[in-house]
Amino acid sequence: MEETWEGKKPGLKKTVFSALIAIALIVLPHFLGDYLIHVITMGLLFGYLGLAWNLLGGYAGQFSFGHAAFFGIGAYTSTLLQIHHGVNPWLGLFFSGLAGLLLGLFIGFLCFRYGLKGPYFALAMLAFAEMLRLLATQWMSLRYPLGISIPLKGDSFADFQFRSKIPYYYLCLILAAGLVYLMRFIERRKTGLYFKAIRENDDAAEAMGVDVFRYKLIAMALSAFLTAMGGTFYAQYYLIVEEESAFGTGISVAILLGPLVGGVGTIGGPILGGFVLEFLSEVTRNLLGAYSGVHLMIYGALLVFVIIFMPNGIFGGIKVLVKKFASTEGKEG
Amino acid sequence: MGFLEVDNITKTFGGLVALKDLSFEVKEGEIVGIIGPNGAGKTTLFNIMTGFYRPDQGKVIFRGENITGLRPYQICKKGIARTFQLTKPFANLSVLENVKIGAYNRVSSDKEAQEEALAVLELVGLYERRNEIASCLSVGHRKNLELARALATKPQVLLLDEVMSGLNPKETNEIIMSVRKIHMKGITILLVEHVMRVIMTLAQRIIVLHFGIKIAEGTPKEICEDPKVIEAYLGDRYEIAGSE
Amino acid sequence: MTIPGAGVVLQSIVNGLLMGGVYSLISVGLTLIFGVMKIINFAHGSIMMLGMYITYWLYVLLGVDPYLSLFMSIPSLFLVGLILQKFLISPVMGAPEHNQLLLTLGISLFIENLALLVWTPNFRSLEIPYLKKAFLLGPVMVTVPKVIAFVFALVLSGIVYFFLKKTDLGRGIRAASEEREGAMAVGINLKKVFYVAFGIGTACAGAAGTLVAPFFYVNPQAGATFVITAFVVVVLGGMGNFMGAFLGGLIVGLAESLGAAFMPGQIKQFIIYVIFVLVLLFKPEGLFGRNVGR
Repeated sequence: MEETWEGKKPGLKKTVFSALIAIALIVLPHFLGDYLIHVITMGLLFGYLGLAWNLLGGYAGQFSFGHAAFFGIGAYTSTLLQIHHGVNPWLGLFFSGLAGLLLGLFIGFLCFRYGLKGPYFALAMLAFAEMLRLLATQWMSLRYPLGISIPLKGDSFADFQFRSKIPYYYLCLILAAGLVYLMRFIERRKTGLYFKAIRENDDAAEAMGVDVFRYKLIAMALSAFLTAMGGTFYAQYYLIVEEESAFGTGISVAILLGPLVGGVGTIGGPILGGFVLEFLSEVTRNLLGAYSGVHLMIYGALLVFVIIFMPNGIFGGIKVLVKKFASTEGKEG
Repeated sequence: MGFLEVDNITKTFGGLVALKDLSFEVKEGEIVGIIGPNGAGKTTLFNIMTGFYRPDQGKVIFRGENITGLRPYQICKKGIARTFQLTKPFANLSVLENVKIGAYNRVSSDKEAQEEALAVLELVGLYERRNEIASCLSVGHRKNLELARALATKPQVLLLDEVMSGLNPKETNEIIMSVRKIHMKGITILLVEHVMRVIMTLAQRIIVLHFGIKIAEGTPKEICEDPKVIEAYLGDRYEIAGSE
Repeated sequence: MTIPGAGVVLQSIVNGLLMGGVYSLISVGLTLIFGVMKIINFAHGSIMMLGMYITYWLYVLLGVDPYLSLFMSIPSLFLVGLILQKFLISPVMGAPEHNQLLLTLGISLFIENLALLVWTPNFRSLEIPYLKKAFLLGPVMVTVPKVIAFVFALVLSGIVYFFLKKTDLGRGIRAASEEREGAMAVGINLKKVFYVAFGIGTACAGAAGTLVAPFFYVNPQAGATFVITAFVVVVLGGMGNFMGAFLGGLIVGLAESLGAAFMPGQIKQFIIYVIFVLVLLFKPEGLFGRNVGR
């Protein structure tokens, strides 16, 4: 019988509640206009990306400032394969994931083998993302000065393109929900606990038999794999890939800001954060129009605000309060 | 072939010699104490034995196998566990989760790890606090948690680094009891301590380090009377007030 | 890769050193902030950009000579540093390091994008007649604004050095960066030290901005390239190490310029990132050594 607070067996009430939410999410798009569906879909996508980042950042404790590296590699891999070799984008999705995985293993091996931690790891990740951006600029901008466009193939599941936004919504819903379940599965088992141990104190973890290097690599590889696939989705949604939006600092920040706002190290946090960010960037874009990067200004301000006033994020703060409450209840004096 | 041997270990940091030609043996099932004034090299020794440092020279041999230079997690898997002088709890995790992580050293299933962890908590007396967050624990309970975590890895040898420091007499007695219980299960214990009462009570044999060199080795009584030891601690005019 | 002739190489060396002086100034500021407060100031580049714009607008609107505008940019960016320190940095002094880095990243994003909004992404340049001159130094062509920038950068770095070495406050700052608790124990006012150190750091960045404005394209994202170079310099020179930052700036300026002579376009920047990563991986204490504590 599970005893920890997090491990209580889901009661009937909880299952019914979840089922209701699921049904609501499934029928939702049929009641909303295109614009709102777009916003929610992007919220789900960034929720998904945030969860993927969170696997490495919030669970294993390694904050990456350069996840754009994986996002971009995913976007470019599937797109280039499609354009140059006619590879079906669904197959391309798989190859993107693979590319992300390999890149993650490579970068992870270098960083973790040489003991990069904390801000030095964060900066190294940023450097890697920038290097990829520069490479992409060097190789792509002559031939594709405005980015690589994916030719319009109309409404076809096989081609991973749809005229209506609704199929994209469902795809994103599956991505996000799938990852939520994966995280819940990992969180309670050995791997999840090992990740948390590494985050909390990697020396102690090592002394207790945790192969810290291996588990950091696993976290990195999985995170990279998932993030890269998100990049492919983004490419198929917008049908254009260019180096600034694929590999730029903007996307790295957008990915990590969601978990930060919602609660690093929680599962609901990145999803909530993804939505908050999406709504915020839509609102600013409408208010301040001007140019496409204006939402970054808000992101910057939000980043500062969250770090100073709520470093645990929304859910993180709640979780801490609840745990401390449970502690005082359990204490014997 | 010995059980646990430290063989001519030398370690320098920059210009400072932390350990010089240190050799000793530990027999299976013993409780051995290691004492010495601050800076004598005790924690460095533990760090070398558990793979956190590489020695410049020398070897550590466990059950006939040379474990020098292995990574700490590998040494833990081989059966040597340790606590840290400055406790390193997994602050945001519960007591139970802290110990469960240790338990996973030997088992893979969640259920078994849970059972193991609960059993260990019962042994050290932290069962009632199992759902508390580690960062909320008092110093005494934190030290106990260090012990519990190391124990959960099912070691054959336990290295305790100043596990009694900073405790009041009641807490000290509790930990002494836990250590005795652990010893009775057949686990070999190496303990670094400053609290004399503890060492004299628990240790069957004591090794004295001073400036990285072994200056004496023997039973508690022999150590108390050894003039070299007295001089190292107190200068040459005093005797150590007796043990229990 | 093209092999340039000796004249080009010599030209690159001179240009590289001149630019290196400016890098030294920026990096000295960055390393001071890190040494004293253990904070990696990501916003350093955007501060420099603000310095550029102050100089630009003072010239365009009021006709102020760019070098006179130093009297404006230095104190105002010192003040900006104090304000940032008081309201944004000090609350997170105890936070995990990656959070501190995120904070300064957020500040830089905000400043840079606000500038983009207000001043538009258009590249601007200062057209100043007397600065359009160049002269020959042997076989090498040297442009006036670069030389002036170099000289001022050296002078300002020297002033900072003198301040740190000879004044009480400067010594207090050095003490705090070596051993924070010890400094507190001997009665050094840490709060004041932090303010001043951060302020000097940002002032250095601002001054560097002023100095490059006459020959650089003024635009809101100008700081971004400089901040990365500064990071590389600081990591190479040893974080917190004044001399390391100073010499590192010259070395990096030289390397960058020679690199550009041999390799085209983006590769130059790419190489800088590669060096950065390599130093982080293999020698985080820098070439000149200093405990980074990772």
